[in-house]
Amino acid sequence: MKKRIATVSLAGCFGCHMSLLDIDERLLELLQQVDFDRSPLNDLKRFTRRCDIGLVEGGCCNEENVHTLQEFRRNCDVLVAVGQCAVMGGLPVMRNAIMHSDDPLRECLETAYLNSDKVYNPSNRIPSDEALPLMLDKVYTLADVVKVDYQIPGCPPSGDTLWNTLKALLAGRPVELTYEQLRYD
Amino acid sequence: MNSRIISACRRYANDPGRLMDILLDVQRDLKGVEPAAMELIADQLGITRVEVEGMVTFYSFFSDKIKGDVVIRLCGDIVDRHAGGREIAKIFSEELGIAVGETSADGRFSLEQTPFLGMSDQAPAAMIDQTIVTCLSPEKVRHICSSLKAGVRPEGLVTAHGDGNNGHPLIRAEVSNNIRHAGEVLLCQVPANAGLHGCLLLQPRKILDELEESGLTGRGGAGFPTGRKWRVAADTPAQQRYVICNADEGEPGTFKDRVLLTERADLMVEGMTIAAFAIGSSAGIIYLRAEYGYLRAYLESVLQARREQGLLGRDISGKQGFEFDIRIQMGAGAYICGEESALISSCEGLRGEPKNRPPFPVESGYLGFPTVVDNVETFCCVSRIMDRGGAWFGGFGTGKSTGTKLFSVSGDCARPGVYELPFGITVRELLERADAAEAAAVQVGGPSGEMINMGQFDRRLCLEDLPTGGSVMVFSLHRNILEIVDYFLEFFIEESCGYCTPCRVGNVFLRKRIEKVRRGLCEREDLDYLKELGKTISMTSRCGLGRTSPNPVLSTIRNFPLVYAVLLKEHGDGVQASFDIQSALEESRRLAKRRSMIYDPNYDET
Repeated sequence: MKKRIATVSLAGCFGCHMSLLDIDERLLELLQQVDFDRSPLNDLKRFTRRCDIGLVEGGCCNEENVHTLQEFRRNCDVLVAVGQCAVMGGLPVMRNAIMHSDDPLRECLETAYLNSDKVYNPSNRIPSDEALPLMLDKVYTLADVVKVDYQIPGCPPSGDTLWNTLKALLAGRPVELTYEQLRYD
Repeated sequence: MNSRIISACRRYANDPGRLMDILLDVQRDLKGVEPAAMELIADQLGITRVEVEGMVTFYSFFSDKIKGDVVIRLCGDIVDRHAGGREIAKIFSEELGIAVGETSADGRFSLEQTPFLGMSDQAPAAMIDQTIVTCLSPEKVRHICSSLKAGVRPEGLVTAHGDGNNGHPLIRAEVSNNIRHAGEVLLCQVPANAGLHGCLLLQPRKILDELEESGLTGRGGAGFPTGRKWRVAADTPAQQRYVICNADEGEPGTFKDRVLLTERADLMVEGMTIAAFAIGSSAGIIYLRAEYGYLRAYLESVLQARREQGLLGRDISGKQGFEFDIRIQMGAGAYICGEESALISSCEGLRGEPKNRPPFPVESGYLGFPTVVDNVETFCCVSRIMDRGGAWFGGFGTGKSTGTKLFSVSGDCARPGVYELPFGITVRELLERADAAEAAAVQVGGPSGEMINMGQFDRRLCLEDLPTGGSVMVFSLHRNILEIVDYFLEFFIEESCGYCTPCRVGNVFLRKRIEKVRRGLCEREDLDYLKELGKTISMTSRCGLGRTSPNPVLSTIRNFPLVYAVLLKEHGDGVQASFDIQSALEESRRLAKRRSMIYDPNYDET
């Protein structure tokens, strides 16, 4: 039986997905072992059925991220946090450092859209279209929101790191990563 | 200002090894050690400014800002807190017009909190400069504050003296001994210097043999055999050896050394002198915790009297060539200095950080010389053993824990105080003596010890079962176990020296997770996390503080599982119980002035 995999990028940069493509010709080998369900790689927007593995890139910075993550948790047997943002919050989590403000989220948005020297924003308004998901009070890691089974560190984890991890996961044995494959810089 | 700093440095011969004393003098004279003062001290001693700053910021009795003329330190211990400590703090705060941690604008008063004063048998207590005030009630605090504001000096606040030597002209403290049971070794009538005189007739080897026969173990809590420790020091070849008395009892709930220092100071110094003779030392140090500063003048007078009687100094008691003298080293408010290698660092004028072992202090301790560090009670026992013999001493207690032990009982009982009883008595016997009918939990051995439940009251107080340096805190059914755990963790976070990451960071994580448990946001896995993290901190810290700091969590999970169980949530859908989407969205809703399309079911109604 082929395993089913779903992937998604939340508050991430798609770098981890690009890294997955870096496994190059081994993609063909992977496709012999798995079918992709919901994923940006095949542009499927909904789960078609329950999956064995969910790979999640990026942390949670808005309500849609949380909603998507909860869907992944409900639909995947094994949930894997892929990359620094998913594991620790990554770059987006820097906004959590505005913690000594009385109103950290407002301060964050005003700096991003109004007050910074580099901002060009003739309307002088903070975007608030109904189609935009509401931001969370701070950035949460995946494990803050749902139970996570495995975490793969790295920014991004290299193609080899992802390949070795996936292979081990599919074979049901512990992964062995070399020192170089676990470097974060 | 400069002349006072320079003269403080000269008083100790500009010796960097006496930096503790220099800073204590500067802090006392100038009410603080400001950056300019640090610079000047560093210049005088020929060390770097950062070494001085490191000291000032390490010890809580030093400050890099100018403190008030009178510094009021409230005891923040859990027993004091249960006795109404928060209310007392509030009244002090109101009366003086400053919050805890602040200095009044006119520079007259500073209000602070200190982890443990050693007065939990007469809680709530506070230390006003060097003066201890006990059994504080709201009326008493108002009276103290109005007296202080009217210009009464702190020592003038004492109206009634405690019993025994607390009324001595050099002590004159409001402190009571609260000796509830005097045993047959230390708190009974003891003959003066009988042990020392007997010893001086013996070969030093014979003293070590006698000690080993007695089975005496260290009274500070770790329980290492004293005779073996001394023998290593005696056998290590060296030009000089040191004897240090650890009078830095800072384990919350322990106050038995306070009573010994007050009532049995001679016996303790006698024991130190015997140690000096046994291991071949000519210099000793009493490391006295800052909180017991009110006993300093008295202890100095005891040492001086012994010098005059020929019991300290050259040719002690006529023994040709036996020379030994003792100085008192004051501490400056650091719990970690109760750990022997940290205590040695502190005596050397360094931050009170533990040292790596090996080498052990008995091989290379104070200034690199073999050093015996023992607790006040241990030295007192030594004097008695040398008087009555090792076999007599070994007749008390259990096989591994011989002799009697002083237990400091505090908390929810009618008769808090010091009990001298043979090792091996049960917790229940002690509770009955202390009249603690409502006891539901007992913390044995202070925060670093174990909390036991009612079903375990027949366990024995001894090294084989429940070891303790003396602290026995009683908690009734009305106390919140997890509040106590939280307080103990707060204590360790505050007192960690910060050297080992697992201790510095791990205890913060433990406390955060306990807070989540208390808010009902945890699941069963969180207990596994607590246990796992506790094990890591314990295994990877280099000194006893880190190794024992997770005990409040680990022992309550073990002995009070239901306390945790009622607070756990079970979800099963993989969602973290601690994550609340509604509160995470609250701020955003307010800023965007709209509801959530996903998480507000009545989105359309806006």
